[in-house]
Amino acid sequence: MVQSNFKMSKEATDVPPRGGFSFDLCRRNEMLMQKGMKFPCSFRKTGTTIVGLVFQDGVVLGADTRATEGPIVADKNCEKIHYMAPNIYCCGAGTAADTEAVTDMVSSQLQLHRYHTGRESRVITALSLLKTHLFGYRGYVSAALVLGGVDVTGPHLHTIYPHGSTDTLPFATMGSGSLAAMAVFESKYKEGMTRDEGVQLVCEAICSGIFNDLGSGSNVDVCVITKGHKEYLRNIQQPNPRTYVSSKGFSFVKGQTEVLTTKITPLKEKVEVIEGGDAMEE
Amino acid sequence: MASKQQANWSPYDNNGGTCVAIAGSDYCVIAADTRMSSGYNILTRDYSKICRLADKCLMASSGFQADVRALQKVLTARHLIYQHQHNKQMSCPAMGQLLSNTLYYKRFFPYYSFNVLGGLDENGKGCVFTYDAVGSYERVGYSTQGSGSTLIMPVLDNKLKAPSPLILPAKDAVTPLLESEAVDLVKDVFASAVERDIYTGDRLEIVVVKPDGIRREFMELRKD
Repeated sequence: MVQSNFKMSKEATDVPPRGGFSFDLCRRNEMLMQKGMKFPCSFRKTGTTIVGLVFQDGVVLGADTRATEGPIVADKNCEKIHYMAPNIYCCGAGTAADTEAVTDMVSSQLQLHRYHTGRESRVITALSLLKTHLFGYRGYVSAALVLGGVDVTGPHLHTIYPHGSTDTLPFATMGSGSLAAMAVFESKYKEGMTRDEGVQLVCEAICSGIFNDLGSGSNVDVCVITKGHKEYLRNIQQPNPRTYVSSKGFSFVKGQTEVLTTKITPLKEKVEVIEGGDAMEE
Repeated sequence: MASKQQANWSPYDNNGGTCVAIAGSDYCVIAADTRMSSGYNILTRDYSKICRLADKCLMASSGFQADVRALQKVLTARHLIYQHQHNKQMSCPAMGQLLSNTLYYKRFFPYYSFNVLGGLDENGKGCVFTYDAVGSYERVGYSTQGSGSTLIMPVLDNKLKAPSPLILPAKDAVTPLLESEAVDLVKDVFASAVERDIYTGDRLEIVVVKPDGIRREFMELRKD
């Protein structure tokens, strides 16, 4: 028994395992299950509505701006449209940390690739990098993405699921508000829309998610990507102002919070400053 | 070893929402939002959670609205019987006790209902009772229940500072605020709760009980 332990610790100090799936934590999971922990443990669904559509000259991406932790709104105005490349943007739904990390990572990889090839990034490159990463993590990286951009081969729009599968679509929605948004798209989408029609439809779809899905809310963000040009329209619509502000306000008088004890510890002794003293040495 | 079997059906659902009540020297403010939801969906934006049980006694309840409805029916029926037997309306403290007994009666299959009872007592002073799901209750100067209660209670504590019933001489439970100030506070506090709680929103229903009658008003809230 002692010998095998010794062997295990020696292996741990050797070269770390190369690639593949590591089963080191399975024993720990077993132990936790015996102690009563429930699997799969609940991850915080962030609740989101994200959409994308292809129009005449490019793609339009849209997202709401609410980030939730269970039933509480953690951020009333967060950014869900992530930068991937100058001509490619990606909306993210699911666990906020996962969407942020995976888009940042692939964005860096794309930039290195641009330096290496000397060419503008292609949307399918970002797509392959993302799907390969997500597939390798067996769906545990909970990121559901809507990837859109315009490159030399034209405008592209893809959805990427946490397990690594992808779809190529003319219009797409993801997140808890995806059904509300898709209802609007299925009703009003047509091929070859103008930029204004596209932005209008995206705003409508996001608003549908904002008002009908409790996991989505606050403002509408839109990003329009065309050949050689992009417009990031942050908070293009703000349909949820605060409904009541008390004219009285809040005043906190001294004594409202009871002071139990006071202890003052001086950090520095009193120092006398002499005007026109010695000049500072270099 | 087989793990413990879990039920795959629950008799309960949570329809969300928040209720607040504040007692004054000669008034009582009872307020609740009008959103009814289930999971991430909104079922309706226009559902009243406030029920008038007696002439000067109202109950606001959040939780599972089917159980809330059933509870309201039981209480109004019992009140009708009381009126036949005693030839008068039930006072607020009496209704408070009845609600507690009704809730505890179903101790082992509870009403999933988080209640706040508000009205005027026999002396015409504001009175608020707060309950848990199985009938534990207490007369207080103000209270809140529901999904936004954790957001609202600290603000009410700061503004209305409940005197502890343990401090002697016994201090009055009612707030020194004027009726208009109390209504302003309720509106402000709900507007804030709606910003951060997804289950609270749409519209706010405010009912003010005074010795000469009852007044109802509405205020729009965020609909997202």
